[in-house]
Amino acid sequence: MGRKLLLDKAHVENIRLYEVYRREGGYRSVEKALKSMSPDQVTDEVKKSGLRGRGGAGFPSGMKWSFLAKPEGVPRYLVVNADESEPGTFKDRYLMEFIPHLLIEGMITSSYALGSNNSYIYIRGEYAWIVDILQQAIAEARNNGWLGKNILGSGFDCDIHVQRGAGAYICGEETALLESLEGKRGNPRIKPPFPAVKGLWGCPTVVNNVETIAAVVPIINEGGEEYAKIGIGKSTGTKLISACGNINKPGVYEIDMTISVEEFIYSDEYCGGIPNGRKLKACIPGGSSVPILPANLLLKTAKGETRMMTYESLADGGFATGSMMGSGGFIVMDDRQCVVRHTYTLARFYRHESCGQCSPCREGTGWMEKILWNIETGKGKMSDIDLLWDIQRKIEGNTICPLGDAAAWPVAAAIRHFRDEFEWHVNNPEEAQKRNYGLAHYADPLVVTA
Amino acid sequence: MAEQTNTPANLKVTIDNITVEVAPGTTILQAARQIGGDVTPPAMCYYSKLEGSGGKCRTCLVEVAAGSAADPRPMPKLVASCRTPIAEGMIVKNITSDRVQEARAGVVEFLLVNHPLDCPVCDQAGECHLQDLGYEHGKEGTRYEFKRRTFEPEDIGPYIQLHMNRCILCYRCTYVADQLTDNRVHGVLDRGDHANISTHISKAIENNFCGNMIDVCPVGALTDKTFRFKNRVWFTKPVEAHRDCDQCCGKVTLWQRGEDVLRVTARKDEWGEVQSHEGKPGWICNTCRFEKKKASDWVIEGPTKINRHSVIAQGHYLGLKKPTETLPAVMDGRDPKLMMDIHSVSEVNRVDISELPGPATSENFKK
Repeated sequence: MGRKLLLDKAHVENIRLYEVYRREGGYRSVEKALKSMSPDQVTDEVKKSGLRGRGGAGFPSGMKWSFLAKPEGVPRYLVVNADESEPGTFKDRYLMEFIPHLLIEGMITSSYALGSNNSYIYIRGEYAWIVDILQQAIAEARNNGWLGKNILGSGFDCDIHVQRGAGAYICGEETALLESLEGKRGNPRIKPPFPAVKGLWGCPTVVNNVETIAAVVPIINEGGEEYAKIGIGKSTGTKLISACGNINKPGVYEIDMTISVEEFIYSDEYCGGIPNGRKLKACIPGGSSVPILPANLLLKTAKGETRMMTYESLADGGFATGSMMGSGGFIVMDDRQCVVRHTYTLARFYRHESCGQCSPCREGTGWMEKILWNIETGKGKMSDIDLLWDIQRKIEGNTICPLGDAAAWPVAAAIRHFRDEFEWHVNNPEEAQKRNYGLAHYADPLVVTA
Repeated sequence: MAEQTNTPANLKVTIDNITVEVAPGTTILQAARQIGGDVTPPAMCYYSKLEGSGGKCRTCLVEVAAGSAADPRPMPKLVASCRTPIAEGMIVKNITSDRVQEARAGVVEFLLVNHPLDCPVCDQAGECHLQDLGYEHGKEGTRYEFKRRTFEPEDIGPYIQLHMNRCILCYRCTYVADQLTDNRVHGVLDRGDHANISTHISKAIENNFCGNMIDVCPVGALTDKTFRFKNRVWFTKPVEAHRDCDQCCGKVTLWQRGEDVLRVTARKDEWGEVQSHEGKPGWICNTCRFEKKKASDWVIEGPTKINRHSVIAQGHYLGLKKPTETLPAVMDGRDPKLMMDIHSVSEVNRVDISELPGPATSENFKK
């Protein structure tokens, strides 16, 4: 049984309400930070904890905080990125819906460390009911003196504002998020300057994921060094994984990063295995943007080591034989699933969500979608597969923001690992049109076939 | 970072093995323009006179082989040269990098994927940056086999023709509206491959400086309605002219055919941008651009110099170097009396083609 730091109280009845949350030990980190620590000490604790950004890129959060420019007379901002729109990722929703005060508490402590007097939660528009939950939580916190002027007599003022997005995946990119928060069109900005120097309204800004900010609470409560003891290597602490797809128990799980992928999929404590006795075919371990892995590479790395649920182990082998931890959207596919169909669905998503600012992403995503649709419906040619490979290669790395990469990687990985499935669609157009057929020979190495 | 106590006045940067000294804050593209020639990356969206432009089209991508003298690590990704400032000792590869050339060919392909390629009926043809880009960096043929994306035509007022199908979304016209006019009524609507330049609910763009949107448009998406289908640009002769205008600098290029002024534009520099006069960009007002279409409205200064690689240069002969008189040289200075004066025997060749206002037609020879 792994340790739980974020969701340990999630199942207490009415934990959503302030009284219950406080009774269960909530807001201790704010007391500790504001009464006994300086802002720099809080940042140091986060640095010591080795906490890595939970939004997808995995950048060390303490380092990000220390990059924040601190010019005199200029306000600084903390913006929490709750624009969780990645297909397959729904961990922040769970956190905000069930224990909103954990986020509020983490935000107050983080705002204190960063010197932000006005902090923002940018939440995706579709999470309308969570906005109400958060606003209720903020009102409760304010009424009990955790927000407002001179919190706990420390002289620190802080308020939290919730802003809804309007339904754009691209606004989860930090600079597009800031543009949207400023009331403009959500186009990513060209970096540099980075938000830590010039962010919201031209002021230094830190943009962090919901889970990252929530993880500050246990770090301050237990101390950074204690937190760093959990996990393996540079993957410290616990991570929320939202598991979905062909598994017996989809849902949000908090794992300490010491378990293997195999245990995560098959253990009854977590996903509970593949339903209906099917075999594992492939898995996207970190949300739709990261490369898909076939079963054999998912459970064991190319070197033959057991693949663990850590940042390093999932990325082992680079993109040739590895993937990424990403945002923790764990999508499992059994042997009935068609990788071409699946890749088409993702390409359609990225075409729809491209902001249209820079040309490779604007034109390339639409082109890839059309080719994939042709292959999927049996109208494809063998040369289309190579063309697809060439297009994704010309998008990747040549765009302003990572959405171009995110659109290119799934296509690249699908062709890299499942090229024969694409070829099957080209060679068997009639069957491809008739049924959504997946190849079965990516056999689950754990299940002995008769 | 802390040791940067005194920044040197000039930074050295090496672009394609050519070293140049530039002022701090200069971008890679500007430094490359100081060198000039093939080293300069093409730019479709960047416009030095418009603040905030650039970074979008990705044609100016270059490889940074060494970030700076202090930190000589290469940058992992190709960078947009128009928005990347120079650091001391930076080494940049443009035409010497295969990676850059390949990425650029990819960008050209992407830009042309949904472009209608209606150059034969496009007023921009001949001075279109996308044509030049495709010619220099594109590959022949297309791999795109699908129906091209189209938009409904939209009327944006009496002077400017919007042809959205040709647009490459450089955002320059929105920056013009932001920075030159007092109220922007158009912008980019929608997103992704259906993002389009439009006014919200078919408004007309009626600002006295809105005509400059035509000048900054790199393609034929925004063209002059008063010049629409009147002529091909390479049949017209650009002439520098000015007038006293209380609203703008009044320094323009007239595009003439014979005595008729078919079109008025701002003066462009060698990068296709509006020239600066006395340190300020020479934007012109709508009155000068659309209303003053008589040669008598203007004080003519003389023909405009056109790069001889441009198709526009074929219509007139300014700057043409006459070959040295070889015959007298060969004949030791003797007058070649034996040579026939062709005008004495041919009626047709009485017409001196180089003095005609446009291309010679049969009408010219009937006189």
